[in-house]
Amino acid sequence: MSFPWAEHYTPKHPVMKWVDERLPLPRLVYNAVGGGYPVPRNLNYFWNFGVLAGVALTIQLVTGIILAMHYAANAGIAFDSVEHIMRNVNSGWLLRYAHANGASFFFIVVYLHIFRGLFFGSYKAPREMVWLLGIVIFLLMMATAFMGYVLPWGQMSFWGAQVITGLFAAIPVVGEPIQTWLLGGFAPGNASLNRFFSLHYLLPFVILGVVILHIWALHIPGSSNPTGVEVKGPQDTVPFHPYYTAKDGFGLGIFLILFALVLFFAPNSMGHPDNYIAANPMSTPAHIVPEWYFWPFYAILRAFTMDLTIPFTGIVLIPAKLLGVLAMFASILLLFFLSWIDTSPVRSGKYRPLFKKFFVLLVIDVLILGYCGGAPAEEPYVMISQLAAAYYFAHFLIILPIISSIERPDPLPGSITEAVLAKSKNKTDDAAGAVPAAAAAE
Amino acid sequence: MVRFLGGLVGLFFAGMLLLSFIWGAVAYVAAPPAATVESEFHKHPMQVAWSFNGPFGKYDKAQLQRGFQVYTEVCSACHSLHQVAFRSLADLGYNEAEIKAIAKARQVPSVDPNTGEATTREGTPADKFPLVYPNDVAARAANNNAIPPDLSLMAKARHDGANYIHSLLVGYQEQPAELLRKFPDAKTGEGLHYNPYFANLNLAMAPPLTAEGQVTYGEGQPKPTVDQMAQDVSAFLMWAAEPKLEARKSTGIGVLIFLLFGTVLAYMAYQNIWAGKEH
Repeated sequence: MSFPWAEHYTPKHPVMKWVDERLPLPRLVYNAVGGGYPVPRNLNYFWNFGVLAGVALTIQLVTGIILAMHYAANAGIAFDSVEHIMRNVNSGWLLRYAHANGASFFFIVVYLHIFRGLFFGSYKAPREMVWLLGIVIFLLMMATAFMGYVLPWGQMSFWGAQVITGLFAAIPVVGEPIQTWLLGGFAPGNASLNRFFSLHYLLPFVILGVVILHIWALHIPGSSNPTGVEVKGPQDTVPFHPYYTAKDGFGLGIFLILFALVLFFAPNSMGHPDNYIAANPMSTPAHIVPEWYFWPFYAILRAFTMDLTIPFTGIVLIPAKLLGVLAMFASILLLFFLSWIDTSPVRSGKYRPLFKKFFVLLVIDVLILGYCGGAPAEEPYVMISQLAAAYYFAHFLIILPIISSIERPDPLPGSITEAVLAKSKNKTDDAAGAVPAAAAAE
Repeated sequence: MVRFLGGLVGLFFAGMLLLSFIWGAVAYVAAPPAATVESEFHKHPMQVAWSFNGPFGKYDKAQLQRGFQVYTEVCSACHSLHQVAFRSLADLGYNEAEIKAIAKARQVPSVDPNTGEATTREGTPADKFPLVYPNDVAARAANNNAIPPDLSLMAKARHDGANYIHSLLVGYQEQPAELLRKFPDAKTGEGLHYNPYFANLNLAMAPPLTAEGQVTYGEGQPKPTVDQMAQDVSAFLMWAAEPKLEARKSTGIGVLIFLLFGTVLAYMAYQNIWAGKEH
């Protein structure tokens, strides 16, 4: 699709020729993930995570569809129906543990995919649309995961639904009616459970649709690469198949091994024990925490402890809770503007000495936010998350624009091939240089 | 324009957060949060070397049977097990006749075939363990206003479940003098029992296992000390919560062997295809 030297699809079998002439679906697949898609030859392992996210989505779809055949979306029996799956459905425990841990692994690979994009400047021209669609997928994933967590109708399900829909209650004037409208009642109940189930089944297919757009948009400019230098000629690329199907196959093996380790030997390690207690509107858990993949955002939400007031009058302009809600949404929505905030012409963080340092800080910062989000809302976690959240906003909205103006990037390689050959030359030099160096030491 | 507006938003949020931080830090320094009785006296569960620990762990059937005996003779007076079906007791090594007898000894809710009145009948292997109390109100009324929770999932509904149950059962003690000296208001209330493994230290359940030999174990079984009985019933409740643990682990071993083999092949294919291609 993207480069003139891309290989063309030539059906070998007469049946494929017949199909291709009437519906060029084989051609579409060939050009999307087959030999017809030229990809930079220098992609590192961080480029595996797109395919892995696709696999994770597929695992969720397959296990989810089967679970839905046994699950009962009714507040009276939902909890017991999950236990029925765990105890009586053939391999039900496997399906449910795969689905619950599959969600966690989906987020793990998507977070790595996002941070790959952040470091290597994948959000920059001409790939802005790929990035924007990616953020849309991320938002849809968060909504889907939240609603899925409500379905077992345990204590964390119930109180999580209460807290998250309660975020909308922070909106002035219309907030509480909105929460009631979202829940279909004044508290989470059967109406909430049924609509969450309906949407939890719908949204993954919406995600699938946006994933197709995401990949389509990617194929217009073609994949980025670790140098951030655009493809200049046929010598810079290899066909996706067999080169990257082989590399992704290896990456997939590693991913599945890690997934199997958790799924079979520690399937409850990423969940919360309280969700094995049936929902009870009369008893609030000591600490209501969402699943781990929401912790950084939960920490931002809880970091705002002060109302915005007009000084010395006591008039509250924005209450702390609303500030927290606004900040939490802003922390994700700001990613939509990243392509225009970071104006440095150099894509890859490898050649941006100053950016690189702040990027490391950002990674540590998000990990700290995640830790604080999972901890109880007590000191010192609140104070730490305040500093960490301040850095999060400062990083994207203040530091990045300044860096992109003042930074002097390192010299870029002339082309992908040049970078690749320089790397392998260094390797041989090192190997050859080792002996004389040792001799000189004597 | 985007950068300018973004910068303003960034300054606003970061500024509010820093103000909140300073405010919180001042409050923290002025009045550091006082230690609570829970933060000082709550204990984490003791670690037991369970037979089902580790990737190759399996349930000890004799232990599960002993634990089932403790559950039946002690716990089941107040605690139900309503997710567990009698037929699944086959996992513990009971044969069909034994399971039928176990089920038969319990009355389950039914409907009189002649009158349609609610009644009870003898259990069958297909039935689940019946509830102990007809509803929460009855449970509260019989237990000093505390509901004895269902135990089907207890070993997964608490952090470190099996260890927690064991520690809780053997953890009852007098309230330490030091606690009362430091927190004079924290005296264990009427009808409550001090137990450092319980989240708020005071629990309504009276010590259920009090004396060696409270349950009589069969020939060739270990001595029924309080600790032994507590371990056995904890193991039984772990099985009740996770009956598929052995199938899960053995499937996992097979899957891992398959995946390791496949991944090695995939790596070799990757090396082979890229051979001679600098990248």
